[in-house]
Amino acid sequence: MTDASAFASQEDVLATAGSWLAEGRKVAIATVVKTWGSSPRPVGSRLVVDGEGAMVGSVSGGCIEGAVIKEAFDVMAGGAPRLLDFGVSDEQAWDVGLACGGKVEVWVERLEA
Amino acid sequence: MKAALFNDLQAARAAKAPVALVTALTDGAQALVYHDRVDGSLPEAVVAETRRRLRDNAGGVVEHGDARYFVDCHNPPLRIIVIGAVHISQTLVPMAAIAGYEVIVVDPRASFATADRFPNVRLVDDWPDEAMEALKPDSRTAVVTLTHDPKLDDPALEVALKSDAFYIACLGSRRTHARRLDRLRELGFDDATLARIHGPAGLPIGAVSPAEIALSILAELTAVLHEAPAVAKAA
Repeated sequence: MTDASAFASQEDVLATAGSWLAEGRKVAIATVVKTWGSSPRPVGSRLVVDGEGAMVGSVSGGCIEGAVIKEAFDVMAGGAPRLLDFGVSDEQAWDVGLACGGKVEVWVERLEA
Repeated sequence: MKAALFNDLQAARAAKAPVALVTALTDGAQALVYHDRVDGSLPEAVVAETRRRLRDNAGGVVEHGDARYFVDCHNPPLRIIVIGAVHISQTLVPMAAIAGYEVIVVDPRASFATADRFPNVRLVDDWPDEAMEALKPDSRTAVVTLTHDPKLDDPALEVALKSDAFYIACLGSRRTHARRLDRLRELGFDDATLARIHGPAGLPIGAVSPAEIALSILAELTAVLHEAPAVAKAA
């Protein structure tokens, strides 16, 4: 069941990214590429953001989305794709909102027209 | 991500073709890895590791020298098409669902394929050949025939053998299976094609009860899915 539902949820998010791009919106895609410890969303989870800040999907339980969206805006403005690193120690995790103490790497890129 | 690559990715997913999106976690260069080709430029070792991960549906970071790559697997959902709403199916269906498979039961006999006997599962009451044509088995689909009735099993097998189904198995004794192979041979299937059929279905674990038989079938198809060497080839 996990397999099918993971596929379905990915499909929705990427399909949304495609239709937003077709509408002429700026689109950035953030993807969880690695997790350590207790992370709320598994590898492959995606957050799609447009130039106005509309979003679908998620890369965490909501704790790092703010920081990811900030980087997504920069990438949509022409910045290079980048790897974001959240967590490490419990203390830092708390600072960025990963209160669970997990660690997560997120890749942020622009969907180019 | 370039729009052209994104469109290719979406097209492969829509066609239910297994594909991995590989991203270099430095400059963001990307490639698509299919089972038989690669669109983009990647070291040979990374392609091999990507294909292994695609088979096991295990995305993640692959390290190669100083470089890191993210492998994102896009596989169609795993499915089992069960031909025959019989006693063993009543055990196999819930066990397969727990193992993560989408299960479809095909049986045109209305008294067998009832929602009472098979709650929470997709029942198809078309003839097996029509049902199979519509379900389009792909490389993430297993087909298991359980009716013992050639009128029902054989038409399903004809479609399964022409598909990319990763596992095809038939319940029945060795004698029953030999007769089945004879019939399929008369229909024009060669020995290499018929060797794809696992018959009698399941690993030889001395299974007797329906649950044990279901377990042996699930174990065998799991081994085939992950290409576990001891049992990957049909007997």
